[in-house]
Amino acid sequence: METVLANRLNHMFDVKKNNLLSVYFTAGYPELNTTLDIAEGLEKAGVDFLEIGFPYSDPVADGPTIQHSSQQALDKGMNLNVLFEQLKDLRQRVNIPVLLMGYANPMVQYGVERFCAKAAEVGVDGVIVPDLPMYEYEQLYKNIFAKHNLSNIFLVTPQTAESRIRKIDELSNSFIYLLSSASITGRSLQVSDTVESYFQRIKDMQLKNPTVIGFGIADHAAYQKATAYANGAIVGSAFVKFLATENYLEKIPEFVKSIKSPVV
Amino acid sequence: MKYTVNEQGYYGDFGGAYIPEMLYPNIEELRQQYQAITNDTSFRSEFESLLKDYVGRPSPLYLAKRLSEKYGANIFLKREDLNHTGSHKINNAIGQILLAERLGKKRIIAETGAGQHGVATATVCALKGIECVVYMGEVDMERQAPNVARMKMLGAKVIPATSGSKTLKDATNEAMRDWINNPLDTHYIIGSVVGPYPYPEMVARFQSIISLEAKKQLLEHTGKFLPEYVLACVGGGSNAMGMFYHFLDDESVKLIAVEAAGKGIDTGHSAATSVLGREGILHGSRTILMQTEDGQVVEPYSISAGLDYPGIGPQHAHLHKVQRAQYVSITDDEALDAGLLLSQLEGIIPAIESAHAFAYLEKMQFQKEDNVIICLSGRGDKDLNTYIKHFGF
Repeated sequence: METVLANRLNHMFDVKKNNLLSVYFTAGYPELNTTLDIAEGLEKAGVDFLEIGFPYSDPVADGPTIQHSSQQALDKGMNLNVLFEQLKDLRQRVNIPVLLMGYANPMVQYGVERFCAKAAEVGVDGVIVPDLPMYEYEQLYKNIFAKHNLSNIFLVTPQTAESRIRKIDELSNSFIYLLSSASITGRSLQVSDTVESYFQRIKDMQLKNPTVIGFGIADHAAYQKATAYANGAIVGSAFVKFLATENYLEKIPEFVKSIKSPVV
Repeated sequence: MKYTVNEQGYYGDFGGAYIPEMLYPNIEELRQQYQAITNDTSFRSEFESLLKDYVGRPSPLYLAKRLSEKYGANIFLKREDLNHTGSHKINNAIGQILLAERLGKKRIIAETGAGQHGVATATVCALKGIECVVYMGEVDMERQAPNVARMKMLGAKVIPATSGSKTLKDATNEAMRDWINNPLDTHYIIGSVVGPYPYPEMVARFQSIISLEAKKQLLEHTGKFLPEYVLACVGGGSNAMGMFYHFLDDESVKLIAVEAAGKGIDTGHSAATSVLGREGILHGSRTILMQTEDGQVVEPYSISAGLDYPGIGPQHAHLHKVQRAQYVSITDDEALDAGLLLSQLEGIIPAIESAHAFAYLEKMQFQKEDNVIICLSGRGDKDLNTYIKHFGF
C-alpha cells in the first residue's frame, strides 16, 4: 500500500485539473537572497506551483542556461544550508505548493534524512532528483520521504517503456513529470506527430497520478500544446533566462502572462 | 571473483546507475545485451583478431634490466605503449565499437582528457566507418594539441568543452548531455572504468586482457605464477583495473594504484582522489570523489591531462575501502623525473600518466628476488612539450 499523502500538491490537483503552470528557478540566481521574492512574485502572478532548484556544479541533465545559473548561484555562496535558512519564512510568504529540484550528490552529502526533515520543516511538498534511480529510491529513501510527507517526483521520457511508466505511477503519489522529449533542459519543444502521439499514448494509459509536461516549454504555444495533453506544464530555462533581465522582480507578472495567454 | 560486481551493478557500497531517466533506456539496453553480445563467439573472435592484427597484441612484458638494477628487484614493464595509437585505451575502444555495431548504433561519442581515448575512439570509428564526435576540455585541447590533430585526421569531430574547469570532467558532462539528446542512434564509448553500471564492468573486462597476458608472460619469464607487486597509475582507473583484474583474487599480490598528487596533496592543486575525496555520486555512479562539503565537484589538477579526474571508478573505490589495493600519490615533479629516468635508463619515453607509476618505485623497498609488474600505459610523444618545458631541452 502506498502512503496516502495529503499535502499541498495533492490538494492542488484535486481542486484544479487543467492548465496548471509551474515555474522553475535556481535558488541564488541572479542574486543570492531573492529566492523568496521570486517565489512570492510567481505566486502573485498566478503560477500554480513552484520548483526551486538547488544548484550543482555538474548538472548533466541541464543545458547551458540552467548550468550557468547554477554556477553563478554557487559562486555567490548558495548551498543547501543557505537555501533552508532562506526558506524558513517560506510559508509566511507563499501558499502554493513548492518542490525542490536538484541532483543526488548535494542531497546525499547533506544527508537524505536531514534533507527531508529540513524540507518538511520549512514547508516543501516534494522533491525532483533527476539522477536518483528508482531502485535506490525504493531501497534506501522511499520510507524517509514518506515519513516526512514529501513526494518524490519521477520523470518519464518518450523512450520510457510502458511497464516502467506503470511502475513509476505506482511509486508516485502526487504527479508524474513528463519530459516533452528525451533531451536536456532548455531546448525548445519541437511539436511533431511523434511528440503528440507520445503525449496521447500517456494520456490513454489513464494513470492514477496527474501528469505535468516540462523541458522545452518556453512560450504560450508550447504551454497550450502541453496542457492539451497533461494537467499542467513546467517552464524552466525560459524563466531563468528572463531573470537575467533588469527589474526582473517587477516584470514577473508580464512573463507569466506571456506563457498563459496568447501574444496579442 | 570476490571483488567484482553484483547483479545490481554494485562493488560493495559503490557503483550503481545514478542517471537521469533520459538515459535509462540506453543503459538498460547495454545492461541487458552487453554480456550476451560480448560472450558471443563471433564477437570474441573478431575482438581477438583485431587485438592481434590491428592493435599488435600481445603487448610485450619487458624485463627492464637497468631499472631493475637501480631498484633491486625484477621490474617488468607491461608495454601498452606499443599498442596501435600508443596506449591501453585502444583495447576498450575496439571492444566497444564492436558492441556498438552489434547494437545497430550509427554514431559514436566519447570524452577524452589526454586525448589518448579520443584518438583510440576516432581510430576504431575510422576502422568501422562510423561517425565520431569527441568531447575534450578546451584546456586539454591546448595541452594535447597533437592528439587533437590526430583525431581530426582520423575523421572525428572534436568539440571543446567550455564549462567548468574545461578539462576531463567537463568533457564527460558534455558527452553525457549529447547522449541524452541523441538516445536512439548513438553509443557513448566511455574511456575509463567510470560511469553508470554496466560501464565500469564492461571497460574493466575489455582492459583485463592486460593482466591476462601479463600473468602468462610472467610465467614464461620467471617460472612463477604470481608477481609480488603490480603497479599502475589511476585517473579514472582503466589501465589500473586492466592490470589488476586477473590478480584481484590472488591475495598475495600487492596491488598499488598511483594517483596524481599534482602540485602536492595539500596545495589545492591535486587529483589524489583517495586522499582528498569522500563517498558520493559522480557521472552516474556512487564512488569516491573530490567535492566540497556540500557536494559540489572540486576541480582536480594534474600536469597529466589523463589523470586530472575528480573521481575514481567505483571498483577502485571498493578496492580502496576494503584495502585490497593500496592507493598512493605522486606529484607532478616526481612523475616528470621518473619519466626522464625511464627514458635514460631504458630508452623508453613514457606518457606522464604512466610516469606516475614509475615514480612510486622510489618509495618502495624490495627484496632482490621480488617480481614487480608496472603498467606502462602509454607512450610519451604527446607529452614532449611538457617534458621540454620542464627540463628545458
